[in-house]
Amino acid sequence: MAVVTYRDALTQALREELQRDDRVFLMGEEVAQYNGAYKVSKGLLDEFGPMRIVDTPITELGFAGVGVGAAMLGLRPIVEFMTWNFALLAIDEVVNAAAKMLYMSGGQYKMPMVFRGPNGSALQLSAQHSQAWESWYAHIPGLKVCTPGTPADAKGLLKSAIRDDNPVVFLEGEMLYNTKGEVPDGDHIVPIGVAELKREGDHCSVITHGKMVLVAMKVADDLAKEGINIDVVDLRTVRPIDVETIARSVQKTNRAVVLEEGWEICGMGSQVVDFIQRECFDDLDAPVLRVHQEDVPMPYAKNLERAAKPDAGKAIAAIRKVMYLD
Amino acid sequence: MSTDAKRAPAQKRSDKGIPGNNGADATPQNDLAGTTPEVRRELLRSMLLQRRFEERCAEAYALGKIGGFCHLYIGQEAISTGVMSMIRPDDYVITAYRDHGQALARGVSPRAVMAELFGRETGCSGGKGGSMHIFDAKTNFLGGHGIVGGHVPIAAGVGFGIKYRRGNQVCVCFFGEAAVNIGAFHEALNLASLWELPVVFIIENNRYGMGTAISRSTANEDVLIRAKGYRMEGESVDGQDVFVVRECMARAVERARKEKRPTLIEMKTYRFMGHSMSDAASGTYRTKDELEENMKRDPILVLHNKMFESGELTEGEMHKIDDEAKAIAQDAWDFADASPEPPLEKLYTDVYADTSS
Repeated sequence: MAVVTYRDALTQALREELQRDDRVFLMGEEVAQYNGAYKVSKGLLDEFGPMRIVDTPITELGFAGVGVGAAMLGLRPIVEFMTWNFALLAIDEVVNAAAKMLYMSGGQYKMPMVFRGPNGSALQLSAQHSQAWESWYAHIPGLKVCTPGTPADAKGLLKSAIRDDNPVVFLEGEMLYNTKGEVPDGDHIVPIGVAELKREGDHCSVITHGKMVLVAMKVADDLAKEGINIDVVDLRTVRPIDVETIARSVQKTNRAVVLEEGWEICGMGSQVVDFIQRECFDDLDAPVLRVHQEDVPMPYAKNLERAAKPDAGKAIAAIRKVMYLD
Repeated sequence: MSTDAKRAPAQKRSDKGIPGNNGADATPQNDLAGTTPEVRRELLRSMLLQRRFEERCAEAYALGKIGGFCHLYIGQEAISTGVMSMIRPDDYVITAYRDHGQALARGVSPRAVMAELFGRETGCSGGKGGSMHIFDAKTNFLGGHGIVGGHVPIAAGVGFGIKYRRGNQVCVCFFGEAAVNIGAFHEALNLASLWELPVVFIIENNRYGMGTAISRSTANEDVLIRAKGYRMEGESVDGQDVFVVRECMARAVERARKEKRPTLIEMKTYRFMGHSMSDAASGTYRTKDELEENMKRDPILVLHNKMFESGELTEGEMHKIDDEAKAIAQDAWDFADASPEPPLEKLYTDVYADTSS
C-alpha cells in the first residue's frame, strides 16, 4: 500500500477512469493547460488530449449545462468547479437539470456525471470562499453526495462516482489536498453510501465527514490519553447516508456528538441527529450535541476565523459534556 | 406582425424533406422553399394536428383533466413544423416548457403526449413530467424544460457530445425571446461559438415573456444582434410562413452539419393564447385589436391560402385533413382518459438509476 497525498489519490482516480472508459472526460476552468487550479488534473492533458481534458471559460452555469447535455448523450462528464463556492452560479444545472432529469423524463435520461471540486474553508479566504456546501446538495433527491476525508476514500469514492449512472456531487476538502495517507494498490473502489468506523471506542460516538474526520481523529488521540475512547464514524457519503453504521455506533456508546464544517441550521448534523433520535431513542444517555461553524459568515482576521471554525477543542468540550464530565 | 420580415416565395422544386420527421435524408439544399404538393400537405397536416390537439388540451384543462402549468403553442406552429421537417431522426431537439407542438411535430406519439398531460402511466414521461417536461428518447426529444434559459447550455452540451463522438447530427434548441436576457443564454452561445458546436438556437420571438412586452424587457429589441456578440451567424425571419422557416433552417442545419458551426435564428411569431392556461389571450398586457390583427397571419391560414391559390388543395381536402387531425386528437384524448394513473410504487422509481458498472 502506497502513501500518497489526497491530491495524487484523486489524480490517480481520474487517470484510471479516463483510461478505463473513453466516454469519460474532464472539463472545467484551468483543468488542462494550467494542470488544474489545485493541480488535481496535472498531466492529464498530455495523456488524454484536449477533447477529453477541456479548458472552459469562467462560465460555471454554461459548462455545468454542457456536462448535462453531454450526459444526455451517454457520455460521462466530470465537471470540475474551481471551488464549490463558484458552483452557486451553476446550481440550476445541478439541481434543476441533473438531479431531476431521470425522474421528470420517466426514466429515459440518465445523468452519469460527476460535479467535483474543493469544498469548505481554507485559510483566511473570508466569507465568499469559505463555505461547506454538503447540506445544500444532500437535500436534493436525485443527487449523490460524497465527502471523502482521506486519500484512500478520495480515490475509491471518486472512482465509484465516475462509474455511477447518477449525478454525483463530489466535495473535496480544500485543506486536504496535501494530506497523506495509505491508499490500497490496484483498482481501489469505495462504495457510495457506506460509512466507515475509523476509530473504535466505547465512551462516545463522534459522527463526522470530510475535513472534520481529521479533527475527529486528533480528538480521539487526545482523549485516549485521558482514558476516553471514542468511536469515529466517518460518513464518507452524506447522500445516501449510512444510518445503520451510525445507529450501531450510538447503540454501543449511548452518546453522540455530530461534528461538521458547515453551519448549524439545516446542516448535515441536523439530519444525523434526526436519524439518531429515531433509531436510538432508548439508547441515549445524554442529548446529542453538535459542533459546527459559528452562525456567521467566515471572517478574515486570523483570530476571528479561528473562533468561527469548529475545531478539536470545541469537539472535546462537546464530548465531555455528553459524558457529563464537566 | 412580421410583415417586414423577408419572405421567400414558395417555389416548386423536388422534395428534399418530409415533415413529421420521416426524412432520413432530409439534409436540404439551398433552395428549400421548393417542395412537392405532397410535402406541403404533410406540413399542413402537422400544423393542423398541433392546433387541433392543443384545442383539446385547453378543453381538458378546463375540465380538470390536465393540471399544473399548461402553455399552449397555438399560433406558432409554422416554426415547429418547419424546423422538424428539415432535420433527421437522429438529430436532437431540446426545448422549453411550451413543448407540446414541437413534440408532435417531431413525431412523438400524440397518445403519449396527451397521456402525459393527463398524468397517466402511459404518458411519454410516465406521468412524472407533465406539460412542461415532454421527453421521448425514441425521437431524440430531450425535453421540455421549465426554467427559462436553463436548457440552452444543455443544448450546447448536446452539441459538444455530438462533436466528442465525431457524429454529424445537429441539435436544435428552442426558446422564447425573453430567454435572451438570461445569463444561461449568453454562456451557452459563447461556448457554442468558441467550441464550434453543431447547434441551431431558435428564438421564437412571440413578443411577450409571459406578460412583459419585449419593449419593456429588452434594451435592444433587435435580439439577433446578440449573435454578432458571439461571432455567430444568424438570421431573423418570418416565423408564420413555414416555407421561410424551412429555408432558413436549411442554411442553419447545413452550417451545423457540414461546418460544425452554430446559428442563432430569430423567428418572429405570435402566440394566439395566453402565456399559460391561467391568463386571458388579451386584455391585460396586449389589446384585443393587436391579437386579432396578428391572428390574420395564422400560420395555418398562410399555408392553406398558398395551397388553395395554387389549386392543389380544395376546401374538401382541407376539411378531410382537418378531420383527420381532429380524429387523432380525439384518439389521443380517449387513450389518455382510459389510461391508468401511475401506480403508487412509481413514486420512488427513477429517482436514481441502478448502477450496474
